[in-house]
Amino acid sequence: MADDGALQELGQHIGAVLADQVIATTVELEELVVTARADQIIKVLTFLRDDPLCLFKILVDVCGADYPERPKRFDVVYNLLSLVHNQRVRIKVEADDIAPIPSVTGVYNSANWFEREAWDMYGIMFAGHPDLRRILTDYGFEGHPLRKDFPLTGFVEVRYDDERKRVVYDPVKLPQEFRKFDFLSPWEGAAAVPIDVLPGDEKAEGQEPN
Amino acid sequence: MAEVDIKNMTLNFGPQHPAAHGVLRLIMELDGEVIERCDPHIGLLHRGTEKLIEYKTYQQALPYFDRLDYVAPMAMEHAYVLAIEKLLGLAVPERGQAVRVLFSEITRLLNHLLNVVSQGMDVGAMTPALWGYEEREKLMEFYEGVSGARMHANYFRVGGVHQDMPAGMAEKMGTYIDGFHHFLDDMETLLTENRIFKQRNVDISVISAEEAMDWGFTGVMLRCTGLPWDLRKSQPYDGYEKYDFDIPVGKNGDCYDRYLCRVEEMRQSCRIIKQVLETMPDGPVISADHKVAPPARAEMKQSMEALINHFKLYTEGFKVPAGETYTAIEAPKGEFGVYLVADGTNMPYRCKIRSPGYVHLAAMNHLCKGHLLADSVAVIGSLDIVFGEIDR
Repeated sequence: MADDGALQELGQHIGAVLADQVIATTVELEELVVTARADQIIKVLTFLRDDPLCLFKILVDVCGADYPERPKRFDVVYNLLSLVHNQRVRIKVEADDIAPIPSVTGVYNSANWFEREAWDMYGIMFAGHPDLRRILTDYGFEGHPLRKDFPLTGFVEVRYDDERKRVVYDPVKLPQEFRKFDFLSPWEGAAAVPIDVLPGDEKAEGQEPN
Repeated sequence: MAEVDIKNMTLNFGPQHPAAHGVLRLIMELDGEVIERCDPHIGLLHRGTEKLIEYKTYQQALPYFDRLDYVAPMAMEHAYVLAIEKLLGLAVPERGQAVRVLFSEITRLLNHLLNVVSQGMDVGAMTPALWGYEEREKLMEFYEGVSGARMHANYFRVGGVHQDMPAGMAEKMGTYIDGFHHFLDDMETLLTENRIFKQRNVDISVISAEEAMDWGFTGVMLRCTGLPWDLRKSQPYDGYEKYDFDIPVGKNGDCYDRYLCRVEEMRQSCRIIKQVLETMPDGPVISADHKVAPPARAEMKQSMEALINHFKLYTEGFKVPAGETYTAIEAPKGEFGVYLVADGTNMPYRCKIRSPGYVHLAAMNHLCKGHLLADSVAVIGSLDIVFGEIDR
């Protein structure tokens, strides 16, 4: 596996050649991350596939990620693998639920199903995809289940209705309200030692000491 | 004579068909018996694993991984714990690594055993399947010995494995592996030179190395085209670099080569298991960092601090510093990766599971086009697909 130095060098090479397309290149946890402009993704991936210093011939994975608090709420993450150089790179672009980003099915055939999945799960649109149908959810499903504002329990449940002799969809009825336990409790010792505040500590603020 | 307009026939295959290896539905357009187009419909086993994981602590999410590729459960766990360890920067004790490698290779045997014999069954050979299941059952006893469960083991932990192997298991395993090649030889007499098996598999769904890379193939599907790519060699994890083994590659990239690669990989796995057993170091099997790994039960009964750690771990879980990683392992079916985004709390923010079967099935249309209807079954058999990991 490549060391940090080689990855830094590769990142600089990519950043220098694709200066107009790439926003930033960083090395985190021994992994090269390239942030790119969404409308230029085809150019970026074509370069990474064909450049002799890169030769990332395999598109290992494409997936979405949802950050609802951002103006452009989605990340589309492309993971590439180069067999020749034994290196990996991760490309990230930002997207929202309105403007489509260019499909890379023309660069890698394997992108086809990954983009269908990202569409299905997050509602990210891919312009120029040959067949952008839902893939994992039910026929006729509504909504995009991996969005952070989609409830874990979903909206409908299915059952077989013996009278009507078919499968029917009903609104979800929970015998007990959905509970999401918040176990992030403050460690009381944390305030005494000079370290960063741990998640959950803020809940201790404003409480009367007993 | 008037010209007759012949229309292509559209055939629905599955979702309940024994040769579909689960709940695969194929919509095939046939010109006579030749497949013109093949559109797999998947998702019939979709359980929303990735969504569920976002609502579980890191430890609670682990059993979901057993249920992805239920033919090779521990390989999935392996990728997940490695991803968390990478984010935490946690070191695993040597014995813990060795036990993991041991069980990863047993998992590989389990997987290839099922796949090779069911590929035989798909083209008409019943006996190997019965033999193979018997051997799988014996291997699952090792699973049961360490974890208490035959399949959904939930055995790997962040920082090592849950418990050490029980006394005497290493010897038992050694004896079993010594005899395993007899089984492989027997099974090969049924399949490898079998006339029907070869007629059904040789030169079926040939794929070149370039095409395989373009379609994102990994694992046996890539190696059958002649590329010696194996993450255990090229990006070793958990001490795979210490063991001596070969990567079998194919020549033609057809179904038959995939079968041959898998059989040889089983022999190589046996080699690795033998070496691990010989060089097994002593010591703990799980990290001593009790902010992540639970303390021993006896210690918990005696020490106040251990009790606190135990309580915190089993209610709140541990927190993983913010960051993200894509960590992949060489699962029996190919590269199994976990793209994990942590936000500093005790639950994953995003956990994308990259399963090899999903990618391989995506190329189904490409692999089947121009072949006969009956060949589609051989292709599905050689792809080694399991719907738990494809539908997630």
